[in-house]
Amino acid sequence: MSNTKSFPTSAKLIHWISALLIISLLFVGVSMIQSMAPWQHTAIKMHQSIGVLVFVLVLVRLVNRFFFTAPALPSELSRLQQLAAKFTQVLLYVLMLAQPLSGWLMRNAEGLPVSFFGLFQLPTLIGFNYQAFGVLRDLHGILAWSLFVVIVLHIGAALHHGLIRQDSVLPSMLFKFRSRK
Amino acid sequence: MSNSTNDSTSIIKRYAVIFVLMAGFVLAFLYAAGLFGGRGVTAQQFVNLQENEKPNASFRRAHAKGVCLQGEFVASGLLAPFTTAEFFQKGNYPFIGRFSIGGGNPTAPDLASGVRSLALSFTSDSGQRWRTAMNTPTVMAVRTPEVFFQQIKLLTPDPKTGKRDETKIKAFFAAHPEMAEFNQWKEDYVASSSFATEKYHSINAFYLVNNNGERQAVRWAMAPQAEPQPLDENISDSHPDALQIELAQRLENDVVRFDMLVTLANDSDDENNPTVAWPEERTVINAGTVVIRAVEPQQGSACNGINFDPLVLPKGMEATADPILNARSAVYAESYRRRARESFQQQADSQKTGQQKAGAQ
Ligand code: HEM
Ligand code: HEM
Repeated sequence: MSNTKSFPTSAKLIHWISALLIISLLFVGVSMIQSMAPWQHTAIKMHQSIGVLVFVLVLVRLVNRFFFTAPALPSELSRLQQLAAKFTQVLLYVLMLAQPLSGWLMRNAEGLPVSFFGLFQLPTLIGFNYQAFGVLRDLHGILAWSLFVVIVLHIGAALHHGLIRQDSVLPSMLFKFRSRK
Repeated sequence: MSNSTNDSTSIIKRYAVIFVLMAGFVLAFLYAAGLFGGRGVTAQQFVNLQENEKPNASFRRAHAKGVCLQGEFVASGLLAPFTTAEFFQKGNYPFIGRFSIGGGNPTAPDLASGVRSLALSFTSDSGQRWRTAMNTPTVMAVRTPEVFFQQIKLLTPDPKTGKRDETKIKAFFAAHPEMAEFNQWKEDYVASSSFATEKYHSINAFYLVNNNGERQAVRWAMAPQAEPQPLDENISDSHPDALQIELAQRLENDVVRFDMLVTLANDSDDENNPTVAWPEERTVINAGTVVIRAVEPQQGSACNGINFDPLVLPKGMEATADPILNARSAVYAESYRRRARESFQQQADSQKTGQQKAGAQ
């Protein structure tokens, strides 16, 4: 068991940037598919580029994860709670990778390349395939709603640690703007 | 007060804080997802209306009946000063296309439809894409998707009673003078006996962008090179597939050609209003020739899986803020999503029954 109390700054930065981006993508995602207004077109373009950015951030984050020891969960937690915490974390990582990947694949199946902020195009992973688009489009929606549910659990647990248990878990991911007493 | 009650009230307060935060977050998301309405007319509602409670599984929700095409666009290069788009530089560009008739019924009689359409999809090795879907009318009847929604709603017979409300329809026409130009077109239009002898219009305007970043608003039309003629005697005009048969016959003898005529707007033209045609005297440039070489039934052919989304544009072309144009992109995506899902399900089902048959033998 390590005795580090807190995540390194690099990990905190990536965590909060990707949290902000992913939550925005979820909100914009579910609204843009309904809207017929001109912003919809811009939103779909931005959605894809930012989605790819999230994919890259998650990969960087996974690599970064090998370079530090994460703070251990408080030992007072029951085995079951520890397991639940590990499980949701792994699930979050899986979903954070599968979500943008399904978006990328679905665009390729539609016969369209994915552009990164108009700077360059990503490699085409699969060719044009109508039926595959049907599956991937639904998958992208199902994964998005699953991701939202897991994020709700994750935030709920973090607030429970921070406000009710008041243990070391929430502060381990927060930036310390004031020195603690 | 003892310490412990103090603690327990503050614990309750903290639980309340958590509850309020989480509930707010979840409700905000459900609102964004449209579960409480309040989003105006959505793309989903539009497609629901087009289905009118009788979706034709795996078919387009509009322009359901059509045929797939193969051919190439021979660009004249005359548009090159106005756009960097690859497909307008002098050269040959293959496309996959589709002729269709208006309406959501995939078995409707060809000659009964009031609208015919041509759609083209271009793909380049360098990753550029261009998709365009054009109709025979020169203009749109109304200016916004919301009004168009209202119009279709009034004109579609009630799925239960099979009736339309004629007084409401009259009031609608009176309230929308912008329909005049479309109605005039409808009055003057005489349908020809072939897909190959119609003129197809982009209706919505787009911007061309050149090397210097200058933008020029344009509309285009595909003008037929063939002259209209009476329907060939061996095709009955009561045959539901008369246009498809005519096209196949025609292509056995020769290719079908259209000139792509691009009209340049000037400052007095409103590129965001598809209900008004631009004056005849505007500069028209012949951007090249669309050459159609082959026709295939749509089921199982490549064009069936394509969403001819008018906002799939190459570098050098941009969308205008025309509300109809932007609505089309959103609504086509929803129609495409539904039919792609159904097409996958049908494929999976037929594989299953195929396996069962093989197992039974
Ligand atoms: C973490 C990253 C991402 C999140 C959280 C996300 C989330 C969403 C959500 C919530 C929707 C609406 C789905 C529905 O309600 O059915 C959506 C739609 C969409 N997403 Fe993503 N997405 C991500 C990444 C991507 C990527 C990388 C691409 C493409 C490269 C992409 C392309 C699309 C497209 C094209 C749509 C709209 C499809 C349509 O018009 O029907 N997404 N996304
Ligand atoms: C708000 C106005 C409009 C709405 C809501 C609408 C809706 C639709 C829908 C749902 C489809 C089926 C898309 C698919 O599943 O692939 C479709 C196809 C089509 N639309 Fe529209 N449309 C509109 C305006 C127009 C206009 C102005 C034009 C002509 C310039 C046009 C031309 C076409 C053509 C040619 C197709 C068939 C494309 C193909 O062959 O696949 N539409 N439309």
